[in-house]
Amino acid sequence: MHAIVCIKQVPDTTDVKVNPETGTLIREGVPSIVNPFDTYAIEEALRLREKFGGKVTVISMGPPQAKEALKEAIAMGADEAILLSDRAFAGSDTWATAYTLANAIRKIGDFDIILCGKQAIDGDTGQVGPGIARQLDIEQLTYVFKIQEIDFQAKRVRVERLLEEGREVVETRLPALLTVVKDINQPRYPTIMGIRRATRTEIPVWTAVDLPDAKPDLLGLKGSPTQVVRVFNPPPRSGQIVMIEGESPQEQAAKLADLLLKEKVI
Amino acid sequence: MDFTLSEEHLMVQKMVREFAEREIAPTVKENDRKHTFDRSILPKMAAQGILGICIPVRYGGAGMDYISLGLTCEELERVDTSARVIMSVHVGLNSLGLLQWGTEEQKQKYLVPQAMGQKIATYGLTEPAAGSDVLGIQSTARREGDHWILNGEKMWISLADVADHFLIFAWTDMEKKRVRDHTGMSAFIVERGWPGLETGTIHGKLGVRAGNTGFISMTDVPVPAENMLGLEGEGFRIAMSCLDNGRYTVAAGATGLIRACLEASVKYANERQTFGVPIGQHQLVQQMIANMVLKYETARLLYLRAGWLKNQGIRNTRETGLAKWFATQSSFESADDAVEIHGAYGYSDEYDVERYLRNSKGAVIYEGSKEIQQLMQAQYALGYRTDKPLRCELPAYDPEEWQREA
Ligand SMILES: Cc1cc2nc3c(=O)[nH]c(=O)nc-3n(C[C@H](O)[C@H](O)[C@H](O)COP(=O)(O)OP(=O)(O)OC[C@H]3O[C@@H](n4cnc5c(N)ncnc54)[C@H](O)[C@@H]3O)c2cc1C
Ligand SMILES: Cc1cc2nc3c(=O)[nH]c(=O)nc-3n(C[C@H](O)[C@H](O)[C@H](O)COP(=O)(O)OP(=O)(O)OC[C@H]3O[C@@H](n4cnc5c(N)ncnc54)[C@H](O)[C@@H]3O)c2cc1C
Repeated sequence: MHAIVCIKQVPDTTDVKVNPETGTLIREGVPSIVNPFDTYAIEEALRLREKFGGKVTVISMGPPQAKEALKEAIAMGADEAILLSDRAFAGSDTWATAYTLANAIRKIGDFDIILCGKQAIDGDTGQVGPGIARQLDIEQLTYVFKIQEIDFQAKRVRVERLLEEGREVVETRLPALLTVVKDINQPRYPTIMGIRRATRTEIPVWTAVDLPDAKPDLLGLKGSPTQVVRVFNPPPRSGQIVMIEGESPQEQAAKLADLLLKEKVI
Repeated sequence: MDFTLSEEHLMVQKMVREFAEREIAPTVKENDRKHTFDRSILPKMAAQGILGICIPVRYGGAGMDYISLGLTCEELERVDTSARVIMSVHVGLNSLGLLQWGTEEQKQKYLVPQAMGQKIATYGLTEPAAGSDVLGIQSTARREGDHWILNGEKMWISLADVADHFLIFAWTDMEKKRVRDHTGMSAFIVERGWPGLETGTIHGKLGVRAGNTGFISMTDVPVPAENMLGLEGEGFRIAMSCLDNGRYTVAAGATGLIRACLEASVKYANERQTFGVPIGQHQLVQQMIANMVLKYETARLLYLRAGWLKNQGIRNTRETGLAKWFATQSSFESADDAVEIHGAYGYSDEYDVERYLRNSKGAVIYEGSKEIQQLMQAQYALGYRTDKPLRCELPAYDPEEWQREA
């Protein structure tokens, strides 16, 4: 079994600041962490390896400091890590990010499953995982809450997806790309033995030259069809508070129901 | 000179911080209220490698350095003093003593399972009638064939009711006991379950209520001769050298407690309003905060220097003692100020600071009370005291050697 996990290094805050002039994220001075959703993806891959044997490879595209994120994955137990880092990749939108990652995965070659987080806590689009699956022309199962069954011989996987209205059980063939939600597992901490291994592991860095099949004009800013026109903070929500008075809770509830009906909320 | 922590140190620090926040913080208040020691933390610490953090890999440890041990203690005690106490007795006072003084057979038999966290260890020096006055202990061991027969009572022993292995100090030469000649004392590795050994828990403690503290009573406990640690008559020196390592963990831990006081105080000072402003705006509150910053940074430098000396293999009794004295007394003062800053809420167990205050006091007393630390520092300064080389020194940290598999 070979699982590839895509992880992104993100600023350690849910309150991401955006440079209003360029529309890009301000990363300076903010400590970085592994995108929390990706830690669930790493954990799920490690659990598959514990069950079926094989190997877990983590990849990330980002600046040289994203090595820290990969080292953390190794400290948790991942076998190998690759960093995609090159000025030519800078400014990628979700399409170019997915394109670059897909090219790297093709170069890695044999894999049975790809795991991603459901979304990155900074970019928040949730597009990169599905984008990679499309680029590689494999099946995608998003918002996976549970892998119910997986059979690497028969190349089948059945998962439970966590949707807004409920759960959905779907099955498909392998290899497939899964994006996982946080309820899927409880990620382990790195162990001290893992930390020792991580700090001694040289992480290979692939640049554009290492991806000869990737077309240069499809990489980075040049390869990004999305144009950020404007970035702004939406005005804060406003409203007024109404206290519903009444003799008894029953009466208050009845008044509340009337109000909600009047406002066509229910 | 280089004040930067390595990548490895930073990763260890981060891991232990997250571990303590996730595994210990949620239950600490409840365990403290109920006076319960939660054993389930031990296998979790073992799985992380924490219980053998600075023990060489070939002895079952994680192969990190002494600085990593200090950082771990700081992070643990920032969340719970009782969790740090585990490190002090299991790693500091016992396992490092075995590493320093043990024979290869003793290391294989006792250090390996301890470093892996399969067995828990503690240190029994103090007795009902003797703490600071180590030569005043009454426990004895007499030789009978290939055994030593141990008798006596140990008191105030951390993890007494939890540990599997005990490092016990007793007089083996009764004439020297009478004239208080320390070369009549010896050290023994004793296992739970041996006939005549009983343990119990002390109730009604001011602090570390989520930890276990107790007594060990020994009535004709037969200890195989090969379980003597070091040579006959070396017990006192071993006891003191173990304290060099125990005090280091206490100093680092107390530093973490100061940080906890500082963090809690800063948060509260920004939230609580009096006279129309957050209390952090009042200069007298600022003074208490500033003092905590000073104490935290100073304590940290002192313990890290001691850790660095250990890594270099340089004797550090003086530096470690200074760090222990300063950090523990400062943690007590900082906890006192933290309660003050929290006002009446600080006086309630709704907030954590009252627990910090109760927990901080123990470390001022144990492993050499602040009076004993002051005597030692004065004696060094006055030239009354120097450290003589030991037959076995704590080995300097060598990453290659520590991480060798066999
Ligand atoms: C309209 C738009 C314009 C942008 N323009 C710029 C720009 O000009 N400059 C710039 O720096 N950024 C830009 N970005 C940000 C950049 O595109 C995203 O950070 C990146 O593509 C990932 O998207 P996301 O953060 O939404 O991740 P998501 O799609 O939410 O991530 C889902 C999952 O995909 C995987 N993943 C995502 N990113 C990576 C990665 N880098 N390596 C490995 N795995 C990954 C992870 O498993 C993650 O959990 C732009 C984003 C958008 C939406
Ligand atoms: C929570 C806790 C955990 C402990 N865990 C352990 C353990 O795991 N193993 C272990 O062996 N022990 C342990 N101890 C015991 C601890 O080390 C002793 O309590 C400590 O050494 C002090 O000894 P004592 O209590 O007998 O006080 P005493 O020695 O009786 O001292 C009483 C007071 O007199 C002062 N004093 C004593 N001698 C002098 C002097 N010459 N000059 C000036 N002042 C002096 C002391 O500073 C103190 O203020 C623990 C104690 C506590 C509270």
